[in-house]
Amino acid sequence: MIRLENLSKTFPGQSEPAVERLSMEIYEGEIVVFVGPSGCGKTTTMKMINRIIEPTSGRIFIEGEDVTQADPDKLRRRIGYVIQQIGLFPHMTIADNIATVPRMLGWDKKRISERIDELLETVGIEKSYRGRYPKELSGGQRQRIGVARALAADPPIMLMDEPFGAVDPINRERLQDEFLRLQSEIKKTIVFVTHDIDEAIKMGDRIAILRDRSAIAQYDTPERILTDPADAYVEDFIGSGASLKRLSLSRVRDIEMADWPVARLSNSHDVVREKLRRSGKEYVLLLDGQERPKRWVGADDVALDSVPLASAGWPAVAIVEESSSLYDTLDTMITSYKGSAIVVDERSRYLGVVDFERVLAAIETMRPHNEGQPARGGA
Amino acid sequence: MSFVEYLASRWDNLLETSVEHAEVVLLSLAIAALIGVTLGVLTYRRPAAAQTVLAVASAVLTIPSFALFGLLIPVLGLGYTPTVVALSAYAVLSILRNTIVGLRSVDPAVTESAKGMGFSNWQQLTKIELPLAWPVILAGIRVSALLILGIAAIAAYVNGPGLGGDIFSGLSRIGGANALNLVLGGVLGIVLLALIFEAAFVLLGRLTTSRGIS
Ligand SMILES: Nc1ncnc2c1ncn2[C@@H]1O[C@H](COP(=O)(O)OP(=O)(O)O)[C@@H](O)[C@H]1O
Ligand SMILES: [Mg+2]
Repeated sequence: MIRLENLSKTFPGQSEPAVERLSMEIYEGEIVVFVGPSGCGKTTTMKMINRIIEPTSGRIFIEGEDVTQADPDKLRRRIGYVIQQIGLFPHMTIADNIATVPRMLGWDKKRISERIDELLETVGIEKSYRGRYPKELSGGQRQRIGVARALAADPPIMLMDEPFGAVDPINRERLQDEFLRLQSEIKKTIVFVTHDIDEAIKMGDRIAILRDRSAIAQYDTPERILTDPADAYVEDFIGSGASLKRLSLSRVRDIEMADWPVARLSNSHDVVREKLRRSGKEYVLLLDGQERPKRWVGADDVALDSVPLASAGWPAVAIVEESSSLYDTLDTMITSYKGSAIVVDERSRYLGVVDFERVLAAIETMRPHNEGQPARGGA
Repeated sequence: MSFVEYLASRWDNLLETSVEHAEVVLLSLAIAALIGVTLGVLTYRRPAAAQTVLAVASAVLTIPSFALFGLLIPVLGLGYTPTVVALSAYAVLSILRNTIVGLRSVDPAVTESAKGMGFSNWQQLTKIELPLAWPVILAGIRVSALLILGIAAIAAYVNGPGLGGDIFSGLSRIGGANALNLVLGGVLGIVLLALIFEAAFVLLGRLTTSRGIS
C-alpha cells in the first residue's frame, strides 16, 4: 500500500541526517505504529509520506504509484492528517472544519451535509455541535473532530502524529478504544506515531521500533515484538513487564473456558440441589430468563425451600465480556471473591468461567519458543 | 456672531467639508491598506525583508507633515493628489506592522493542518491566515484612520480638500470676524468624524470577525 524506499532527510544546515535510508512497506488496512525515543525521526518520517517535509532522497510509493514528484496538494487530499495539537480552524464552525476537504474536492452541498452528520455520529459528537466553534469544545471533543475532519473525504490513508498525546490518561484510553472500534469498520491504512510503547502495543497491527535516524530496530506484530524482541535495544524499549503487556493482547475468547454447572432462577430448589450433588462442585451459577448470570449458590444456601433462589447465596459479580483482554480479566479475578471470572457475550449471556489456572496456562504458551537462538535483525 | 449662531448659519457648508474630509481619509486608508497588507503578506515569513519595509514605513512617519506636503508640491502639484499620497504614506506603518504581527501569531498547528489537508499556499493565506489575522489588521487600520484624520487638516497647505481649509483660513486672520468660529468649526468636525470612525470600526469588527475568534 505505502512503500518507502531508501528515504532520507537531512535538514538544511545540519550535518547529520534526521532520517537515513529508511525502507519499509506499510500494508493495506493496517495500523502501523512508529515508536521510538524523542528525536529519533518518527515525525520527520511520517511527514515525508504526505510531503509536508520533502525527502532529501529516496522514493515514496502509494498503491504502486511513485508520488515522490506528484502534486503535493493533490496527494494530501488523499491522505488524512491528524496532529497532536489538532489544529482545528478556530474561525470556522465544526461543520465547516469537517467540510474542508470535501469542499476542495468539489462535493455538492447535500452530500457534504450528510457526510458531516454521519461523521459526527461516528465519532460520538451530537449533531447540535455543527454550528459551534472549536473554542467551545473540550479537549477530547476537539480530538474527535480532528479525526472526523481527517476522515471527511474518506481517504484510504491516515497519518496520525501522537494524536492522543495531549489528552488526559482517562480520555486517552477512551479515544484509543473508540478509534480501534472505528478502524475495525473503516479499515484504513494508518501510520500512527507515538513515543509510548504501551500505546503502540495497544493500537498497532504492526509496530516499527525505531532508533536514531529512523533506523528500524524491529518491524513486527506486537505479539512477536513482546515475545521475541530482536535485540537488547528493543528489549530495553519494551521495558519490564513484557509478559504482562502480552496479556493485554490476548482475549478471553482465545483461551479455553471451564464449563461450570448452571441452573435457572426459575428452577425448583430440588433441581438446584440435584445439580450441585451431581457436579461435585461447591457452587452452581444461577441464570435468569435471558441467560444472564445472577447468583452463586452452595448446598447450605439452598437447604431451605423457604429462601427464594433470587436472594439465596451471593450475587454473581466479576463478569467479563469475551472480548476483554486477559489483562483486564486477571484484574477482575484478583479483585473478586472467588478468584474466577464469569465470561459473557456482548448481550451479557453466560458463556463460561475462567480461573487462574487457565490464565496461567495461557501465559505459559506465550513464552518465547526461541530461547538460545540468535536475535533476529530488523524486518 | 457666537459659535452657535455660526454653526446654525453655516452647518450645510461644514457638513459638506466634513464629507470631503472623510472621503479623502477613506480613500487614502484604502490605498494604505492595500499597500500595507500586500507588503505584510509578502514579508511576514522573511524576517530581513519585514525589518526593511517596517524601517522604511517608520521613517516616513517621522517626516513632519508640513515638510512632506511641501516636498510633494514640485512633484504632484497642489490639491487632491498630493493629499492622498501623503496621507496614504502615513497610514501604511501601523497597517503593515499589524499585518505582519497578525499573520505571525497564527498558530503553526493550524497552518500545518491546513497544509496537510491539501490547501495551496494561496488558499492557506486567504482562507486561514488572513481571516485569523484580521482582527489585528483591522486594529492597525483603525489606528491609521485616527492618525490621518488629524493630518488631513494640514492638507489645506497644498490646497487639499477637507476641514483644514476652514482651520487654516481662520488661523490666518485670527482676531477678524468669524476667525475663531472657523477654527472651532473645523476642529469640531474632525473630532466628530473621529468618533464616527471609531463607532464604524467597532461595528465593522463585529460584522467581519468570526465568532470563533472573538
Ligand atoms: N524542521 C526541522 N529543522 C531542523 N531539524 C529538525 C526539524 N524537524 C526535526 N528536526 C530534527 O530532526 C530530528 C528528528 O526529529 P523528529 O522527526 O521530530 O523526531 P521525533 O518525532 O521522533 O521526536 C531531531 O533531531 C530534530 O531536532
Ligand atoms: Mg514527533
